[in-house]
Parts: sequence; structure tokens; C-alpha cells
Amino acid sequence: MQRTTMDLWVGLFIMAGIGALLVLALKVGNLGTYSAGDSYTLVGNFENIGGLKVRAPVKSAGVVVGRVTDIQLSTETFDALVIMSIDSRYKFPKDTFASILTSGLIGEQYIGLAAGGDEAVLKSGDKIMKTNSALVLEEMIGRFLFDKASERKEDGNADSD
Amino acid sequence: MAHELIEIKDLHFSYGDRAILKGINMTMSRGKVIAIMGGSGSGKTTLLRLIGGAVRPSSGYVKVAGKVVHDLKRDELFQMRRKMSMLFQFGALFTDLSVFDNVAFQMREHTDLPESMIRDLVLMKLEAVGLRGAQDLMPAALSGGMARRVALARSIALDPLLIMYDEPFTGLDPISLTVIGNLIRRLTDALGMTSIVVTHDVQESLKIVDHVYFVADGVIAAYGTPDEVRGSVAPFVHQFVHGEEDGPVSFHYPANAYANDLKLEGRFA
Amino acid sequence: MPRRIVSGIQGVGHRVIDSIWRLGYASRFFLLTLLKSGTSLRRFGLVIRELYFTGVLSLIIIVVSGLFVGMVLGLQGYETLQRYGAESAVGTMVALSLLRELGPVVAALLFASRAGSAITAEIGLMKATEQLAAMEMMAVDPIARVVAPRFWAGVISMPLLAALFSAVGIFGGYLVAVVLIGVDEGSFWSQMQGAVDFHYDIVNGVIKTFVFGIAVTAIAVFEGYDASPTAEGVSGATTRTVVTSALAILGLDFVLTSFMFRGMG
Repeated sequence: MQRTTMDLWVGLFIMAGIGALLVLALKVGNLGTYSAGDSYTLVGNFENIGGLKVRAPVKSAGVVVGRVTDIQLSTETFDALVIMSIDSRYKFPKDTFASILTSGLIGEQYIGLAAGGDEAVLKSGDKIMKTNSALVLEEMIGRFLFDKASERKEDGNADSD
Repeated sequence: MAHELIEIKDLHFSYGDRAILKGINMTMSRGKVIAIMGGSGSGKTTLLRLIGGAVRPSSGYVKVAGKVVHDLKRDELFQMRRKMSMLFQFGALFTDLSVFDNVAFQMREHTDLPESMIRDLVLMKLEAVGLRGAQDLMPAALSGGMARRVALARSIALDPLLIMYDEPFTGLDPISLTVIGNLIRRLTDALGMTSIVVTHDVQESLKIVDHVYFVADGVIAAYGTPDEVRGSVAPFVHQFVHGEEDGPVSFHYPANAYANDLKLEGRFA
Repeated sequence: MPRRIVSGIQGVGHRVIDSIWRLGYASRFFLLTLLKSGTSLRRFGLVIRELYFTGVLSLIIIVVSGLFVGMVLGLQGYETLQRYGAESAVGTMVALSLLRELGPVVAALLFASRAGSAITAEIGLMKATEQLAAMEMMAVDPIARVVAPRFWAGVISMPLLAALFSAVGIFGGYLVAVVLIGVDEGSFWSQMQGAVDFHYDIVNGVIKTFVFGIAVTAIAVFEGYDASPTAEGVSGATTRTVVTSALAILGLDFVLTSFMFRGMG
């Protein structure tokens, strides 16, 4: 094997390998569509985040605009502090409404942002004032049963009159 | 003593409990071809490994060019090895390099010579062994004798003071055998180096060497010039030189009495 | 009877001591290889030559296997997911399986049997034919000249081969799911991109391949260097390389996975 042919093959091999890595990063991964370089941070307090996880998408009108970067428990209010990193191309009004939603019946949980009508926009580090907690199935069932029970009691009271 | 290249004094060596060498004394001077002969397993190759510093003696020492080999640090040893080379039994050519690159190997590793000068030197060395035309072949394409000659060209690449040959005649046809033998003699004379040939090919080596040492049972059994050896009446030397089956070196490995081993004792009583 | 028990216990002890001794010897050899890597870095041509033998010559088996593994994943993934009406998630499944586990692990196993065994056999044969001893006598350190370039070539090749394996595998999954079965192309890619995270999935996968590359080539060069210089010695060492590498890859994979993918995603 000639030395130059060997060099050529090795060069091709290295380039193909690095090319494959780039394809994986850009086409398969999310590096192409979303990167941490041009983003800003928003914070939201939620009473209950349910099954929300770090890295969950943040969507507005179904479009992914950012990701959850951190979740903490606030020791003052004892509710969840969710930190989101939002693509800086998208600006949201001050009165934007954030809620934790579920994609499909058993899908993953994400944060949905519904824009309000305020002129001023949220800046990096701002807190979203209006939030809506995750729907936790056990609580929903519990509330439903409780409602039913109290309804029946009211009905019973009405009958005895 | 300045002209003595190698001085070996009371050299002992053992593998574990097995003593291989039991007090060897030798001196070898520049410009000579010296043969070390002995039966298989008599410690000849070990002696070469001791001279090259590949193993440490249990006691005694080997001095090469005035330095005790086993006292050298690793880089000093490597420095010394640049002045010696070794021809292995089957050549030990690097199978992944061509003939040219094999001969150029040490020049490229140890010198900063420009490639054009390396080329000239390599061709000179190959010419000396008559294989300039084979420079582009791979070792796999060479016959045993040719491989041995390429290895010889490789071992003189850096003009060493000393070359050690480990069984250089093994497995060669009579023509190649003579070619290698004469090359060893000619190169030694032309380059003014010292050659140590470990062999049991008596007839071929007696033609080319200046001195012969016989090693048996870990000691030097006999010593002399080829003529002295041929005429020697010492039983061991006589047996070895003439290849007789029985003599001081017994055909039988030491054993119990034959009758005892066959359990014949008392059977007919 | 007690004598047999005693000798049995002795056998166990002997084996344990032996393998610990060998492990220590191997670690020392590995350190020496790292320490003596200067030559390979100064004369990178040595490494390039070995990159050809370990990397380029492993390409065919890696690419073909990657394609087939991806196609099977596409087929099986579709079969399972379509029961839940989630067949558009097949891209996600193929990509995550390949990037996190199958790409690094299968590529490393193939690499061990293709390149690892070749390295062991080559070094073992060089030892058996006294080439290493000859080099040592020429004042050239065989660890610096023979072992280190092969080691670094393996360490460089492995991540590239695994990346190729995963990329080709995802293409294979695409071929089966989108081209053959007819899953919607847009949702195939977008769901994949939505689920695959660069740092979490891709970078962790690449870290795995680096670790596997170090493990496989370190085992291969050690077994070759340690082989007894006979035909049986070399063939035994080659077998040991493949077996030990496979166990090391799978064991390390478990350890790495448990550190990397803990309770997230």
C-alpha cells in the first residue's frame, strides 16, 4: 500500500466520522433548532408541577420556544420554581399565562405559554405572574368524589325540608 | 586491555532454581569473529542476551567497551545498544515494512539524516549483501537465506562495534549457508567490528572464525583457534566437532536403572 | 477427601492471586503506554498508518451492520408502536436506542472483533518472530514504537466508527419506516429532533464510545504484548481479546449508563 493512498483513505475516514457526528448533532439532535447561545431565562412559580421534568419543552401555540432548565422548591412559599430558557427570537408580553399541560393522554408534560395583551414584554430573569398548575389525576379524582359527596348531602338536605 | 571490546568475568545466571551459566570467563577483542558453540540448551543464547543487557546476571559481570552492562540505566543501555546489533535466528525482519524500510529503520529512529542520505546508505548496505535489487520487496516474499541477508544489512545499518548472531546458519541450504558465512567474515573485516556467532554448525563456522569457545554445563569447556579445535583430543570437543552420538555428552538423559523403571526387579526371582 | 477440598481451595486462591497479579501488570503496562506516547504524537505518521488498519478497514463491517441494525429497529419499532397508534415515534425510538446504547455498544463489539483481534494477533506475531526483541536490541522501545501508535489509533477510530454506525443506523430506520412502510417523513424527523438532546443523548453516547475505545484497544495491545511467543499463544491471546473486550464493554456500559441517565428523560 502506497503511503499517499493510505493517507487519503485515513483522511476520508476521519472526515466521514466527523461528518457523521455533525449529522447526528444537527439533523438528529436539537443542536440545529435550538441552542443555548441565544436564549433568555424566565421563571415561573407553580403550585404543583406534576410530572414535569428538566428538559421538558416550552411551547407556545404548539411551537417549541424553549426548554425547562431547572426545577427547584421555593422554601418561602413551598411551591415549585421552574426556570425556563427561551429562544431570544420570541418575546412574550408581561401578562403571559403559563400552564403545565400534557401532550395526549399519556404523553410527556410540557409548559404551554399563552400570550396576553400587554404592551411590555418579559425580559431575562423576569417572573411569569400567571401560572396554572399541572392536573394531577389523583387530585382530580379526589375533587370529583368530594364534589359528588357534597352534592348528595345538599340533595339530602333538600329532601328533608 | 584497551583493545578488548568485551570482558566477561565469572558470570552466573539462573532461571529460577535452574542454573544456566556457572562462571563464564571470556575476552573478545576488536576485529575478530568468535564462535560460541555448545549443545542445545547449554546457555549460548542466554549469554548473548546477557551481553545485550536483556537479562541481568545473578553474579559476575559483562563489560562492553569498558562499561558494566547491567549497571547501566535504561537510556545508557539504549545508548550502548546503538553500538551493538543482533541478528536473530530467523532474521526477525519487521513484517510490516519493506526491505528498504527495514534497513532504514534504525537510521530513521536514531538519526536526523535527510531522506536522500538515508536512501544512499540503505542502498550501500543492501549492495554489501547483494540484495539492492530486492529493496521494494516485503519480507514475506523473501527466501530464508535472503531474509537472513537483509537482516544482516539491517544490523550493520549504523556501523556497530559488535554484532551478535544467534544461530545464523539454521535452516539454510548449503549455498545460502556459505554466502552468510562469508558475509559475516567479510563485513567484520571491512567494518572493523567484532562478531560473536552462536551456532552449532561446526564445519561452517570453523571456516570463518578466529576463536571458538565451547560451552557445556554452564562453563567454558574448551577454547582455541579452529586448527587447535580440529586437532583437539579433549573428549568433549572431539565428540562435538565430529558429531558423535555418545561420549561425554551422553545419549541418555540421566535416569534410574532401566530395570527399576520397567519394574522387572524381583519378577523372575 | 479433605485433601481434595484443600487443593480445591488452593486452586481458587491461586486463580485469584494470578488474576490480581495480571490486572496489576496490565495496569502498569497501560500506564507505560500512556507515558511513552510522546513518539506517536511527534511522529503522527505512525498513528495514521494504524488508523488505516484499525479505522478504515473496519468501515465496511461497521457501516453494513449499522444499516441492518437500524432497519431492524425501524421494523420492530413500527410493529410495537403502531399498536398504540404512536408509529410516528418510531424515529425517536430508533435514534435514542442507537445514540444511547446500540451505537456505542454494538460498534464497540464489532470493533473489538475486527480491529482488536487484529491488533493482538499482529503484536503477538511480532513477539513470536522476535521482532519486538530485535527492536529492543536496536535501542527502540517497542511500547513507544509499536504499542502506543496502535493504542491511539484505536482511541481515535472508535468514536468515529460509532458515530458512523449510529448515523447509518438512523438512515436504515428511515429507509424502513418512511420509505418502505410509509410513516410520515415530517413527523419522523421532527419527533426525533424533539426528543433527542444534544448534550444529554449525543454527547453522553460519544463519551461512552471513547471509554469503550480505550478499553478495547488497551486490552488488545496488552494481550498481544503479553502473548506467549508461539502459535497457540497468539491464537489464545486473540480469543482472550475478544472475550475480555466484550465483557468489559458490557460491564462498562452498565456503569456509565447508570451514571449518565439517572432518573431523567
